[in-house]
Amino acid sequence: MSVSDMFIALQGVLTADQDIREEIRKVVQALEQTAREILTLLQGVHQGSGFQDIPKKCQKAREHFGTVRTQLESLKTKFPTDQYYRFHEHWRFVLQRLVFLAAFVVYLESEMLVTREVVAEILGIEADRERGFHLDIEDYLSGVLTLASELARLAVNSVTAGDYSRPLRISTFINELDSGFRLLNLKNDSLRKRYDGLKYDVKKIEEVVYDLSIRGLNKEATAAEGGEK
Amino acid sequence: MSGKEGSGGFRKRKHDNFPHGQRREEKENVNPSSALMTSFKSFQLELDTRHDKYERLVKLSRDITIESKRTIFLLHRFTSAPNGEEILNESEVKLDAVRRKIKQVAQELIGEDMYQFHRAISPGLQEYVEAVSFQYFIKTRSLISVEEINKQLIFTVEDTEETTNTTSHSHDKQPHTWSLKVTPVDYLLGVADLTGELMRLCISSVGNGDIDTPFELSQFLCQIYDGFTFIGNTGPYEVSKKLYTLKQSLAKVENACYTLKVRGSEIPKHMLADVFSTKTEMIDQEEGLS
Repeated sequence: MSVSDMFIALQGVLTADQDIREEIRKVVQALEQTAREILTLLQGVHQGSGFQDIPKKCQKAREHFGTVRTQLESLKTKFPTDQYYRFHEHWRFVLQRLVFLAAFVVYLESEMLVTREVVAEILGIEADRERGFHLDIEDYLSGVLTLASELARLAVNSVTAGDYSRPLRISTFINELDSGFRLLNLKNDSLRKRYDGLKYDVKKIEEVVYDLSIRGLNKEATAAEGGEK
Repeated sequence: MSGKEGSGGFRKRKHDNFPHGQRREEKENVNPSSALMTSFKSFQLELDTRHDKYERLVKLSRDITIESKRTIFLLHRFTSAPNGEEILNESEVKLDAVRRKIKQVAQELIGEDMYQFHRAISPGLQEYVEAVSFQYFIKTRSLISVEEINKQLIFTVEDTEETTNTTSHSHDKQPHTWSLKVTPVDYLLGVADLTGELMRLCISSVGNGDIDTPFELSQFLCQIYDGFTFIGNTGPYEVSKKLYTLKQSLAKVENACYTLKVRGSEIPKHMLADVFSTKTEMIDQEEGLS
């Protein structure tokens, strides 16, 4: 095989590679669009009136996840299954965003942290690497960290909207999350950087709870809640 | 109150003067056996396993790099020494050692997605490509193909007995052979490095009064350069970066050939040996300056 033949063959490989990347980029763009739509929808909960129809908003968001599933389905067909990590960078960001959105919906519905398996199910992908297009653990954790900052914001806004009990529940949740993350030995990478931001979210929520408790508002909230029950 | 205190690390420091009992109480707020904590414990395990594997691969990659570099230095001695056969044999032994390391890498990657850990092993593989292709060039005066390299990186279980304890259940699925594939990009980058070695070989062979090798090398480098320009910017960024260095190497070799031709024609054939022993010093100086 002559040198030039070898390089012609290699060039073919590289071009094929570029075509795959191009295809992936197209699908990822569509995914980003859907993710933005879901985010806009869920942003509604931060406004005063939004607190009443959280279930309705979640319902709508879940419908949008149907689109996400079909888009991810088409993404799967764009490259060989065993080369997931070769092209990982292309969808990493959007996948983290989608994990956050799914986690947010699940939190609003049940006030629980979504498990990795459930996120994978919502997105129509696998939780395990062995079974195909999957959700990388670091992407899942990144999405969960985004949820934490969103909840810090939600705590502030729920006080403004007159819902004094929600910050207390968020606080418990975030604290548990914080202890969870403290179990991990993170390397000095992007996930670690994101994790370093978690303490500010914890702090923010604690301040909200503090403000409520020195004014006796948290007792009122728990009493009212107890009364409702 | 309990929620406010939390268990954030920064808080703990602030409230160091808090009574002990109170703090313990706060900590117990988070149930260590809750669903969330259990799943995070499994995440800890998964992440640690992954990081450990990465570190092991980085270490192997470093060893591969070092051994490959030594092989290249050894091969540079080839031209100046009369015992060429011996050096080639020795380099083969060294490369076998490198391949054993690569086998360990391949073992680590059984059942894994190679690209997940590609960044850890890529430098080592490039250096190996450089060493192997350099040896191949000295032997055959041609460029080794990526298929040829990969053919040597297919390993079988029979080779060593250590495989039995390092491979676990995944071993059953991959019965007797497994391989590591050098990616086209790693191959290209390795070949680009090879040209630098060939340039050194060219200059030193001029120094030895060898007048055929420089012309051969010049032609060969020219072919490789053509190949790289053919790929141009379809390749990744690193490849185009190497193109500049490649051009410099090519220019040096071409200049050496030029000098050889011009000076060589002025001198009667029977005196060539004498002339080159003096002339090469000049070239070396020139090269040193550029």
